[in-house]
Parts: sequence; structure tokens; C-alpha cells
Amino acid sequence: MTERRRITVVTIGDLATVRFNDKKIVDSASIEEMGAELMSLVDKDKMKHILLNFEGVEFLSSAALNKLILIDKKVKQAGGNLRLCCLREEIKEVFTITRLDRVFDIRKTEKEALKAFGVDS
Amino acid sequence: MEESVWMWTLHETMPSSKEVGHQIIEQLLQALTQAGWDGSDLFHVQMAAEEAMINAVTHGNQESEQLVVEVEFRVSKQRAYLRFRDQGAGFCPDELPDPTDEEHLEKTHGRGVYLIMHMMSEVSYNDCGNEVTMVKNRQLESADS
Repeated sequence: MTERRRITVVTIGDLATVRFNDKKIVDSASIEEMGAELMSLVDKDKMKHILLNFEGVEFLSSAALNKLILIDKKVKQAGGNLRLCCLREEIKEVFTITRLDRVFDIRKTEKEALKAFGVDS
Repeated sequence: MEESVWMWTLHETMPSSKEVGHQIIEQLLQALTQAGWDGSDLFHVQMAAEEAMINAVTHGNQESEQLVVEVEFRVSKQRAYLRFRDQGAGFCPDELPDPTDEEHLEKTHGRGVYLIMHMMSEVSYNDCGNEVTMVKNRQLESADS
């Protein structure tokens, strides 16, 4: 069983649903660790699709955004989809200001995101 | 900046360490919270502080152990003042590419200054480009309570 410190993962077939263990994704070392754990979902665990559920996340820096862009590219290269859900208003604003809401598929609720993956919750 | 109602101030030099920077910003957040800041105002100041600190430590001082970052924070109920000065060569913020341009949209760098500009009320750089001064005026009605 893979030990993960920054994320909690539940798998549904080839879809990994991810929740973040940290309220604030800001510490540089933690961001590196989070990035590596997300990458291993694709590289090691061979997950095709990833859903990032931001419930409980209060803050993230641009360094965290950079990691998400890398994960998005990795998932797309593997022929899968990355979706985000449950972003609090301030974090959604970060995606809007940077126009990354055009890059990422952001859904309001987990149910809505799962439905987009073809999973009925 | 003259304001007689500053409830908390901090002025010190820190090593070129992101970890130390995070800790100093945590002090700022505690002071803001004690002054009644919350919601998007608090979020915006935290974002600006983190991005400016990372820029000073990594881009400015190149994480050199020989260089330091001067940090100055002031907090009142209605206003936050932040200043970071590194010992690097500086840069010209006007020459930075727009990270929202299609060609830069998926790049994994270059959003820090852009976010600072959008989240703070006033942002200025010195001529050398190694010092940023930022002010946030609270927007929420709760600032009056």
C-alpha cells in the first residue's frame, strides 16, 4: 500500500478521487511532496483520471498552481482527464484571475464532477 | 506610510529561506486575524505576502545564505502594509510577460507578480526592482465593526 502524506486517495476503477490533507497548500517542501504523490497516481498506480476535491483547502500559492498544471499535462498525456471540484470562493478567484479556469475543468460539487467522469454517486 | 492606528508592526531581516519566510508570514496572518481580518481580504494579503516572499528569496537572492531579505509589516483594522527588500539584481515588473496570454497560460511560472497586482490595493517597486511595497485596504463591510 502506497504511503501518502499530503493527499488521501479513493479509487473508483481507473479514477482516483483525491482530497488534500493540508488546509494550506503553501509550504514549499509540502508542495513538492504533494506534486510527487499526485504524479505517482499516474506513473505508478496507473490511474487514468483524477478528481481533485478541494473541500477544506483554505489557501494555495502559485507554486501549488504550477504543480497542478504539471499534473494536468501528465494526465492528458496518458489520455485521461483531470477535474477539480469544491473550491472555496477565494481559491476559485485565483483560477479566474490567472485564467486557469480555462485550462482546468472546474466543477462546483463532487457529485457534478463524478457525473462528468461517468460515475453516478 | 504614516498611520497612527497601527495595531501591530514587524521590521526585521530574514535569511534567504522559504521556511523562515513562511513562519514570518504566519505571524502576519495571526496579527491580521487578531485585528479582525478574514475572508477574501485576509486571503489576498496572504497570497501577496507569500508570492512576494518567494520572489525575494528565490528570484532576488537566489536562496543565497550570504544574502538577507528585509521585511516590514504593519497592520491596522482597515489597512495592511507590506514591504520586502532583497539583495538581488532586481527586475522590471513592467517587462514581465502576461501569464494570462494564450502562449503563457500553461507555463509553470510567472504568476506571482500578476497575482500580487490583482490582490492588493496599491503595489509599487523601487527603481532597482529589488523592493516591493504593497498596501491592502479592507473591502468588506465588517472592517467597520
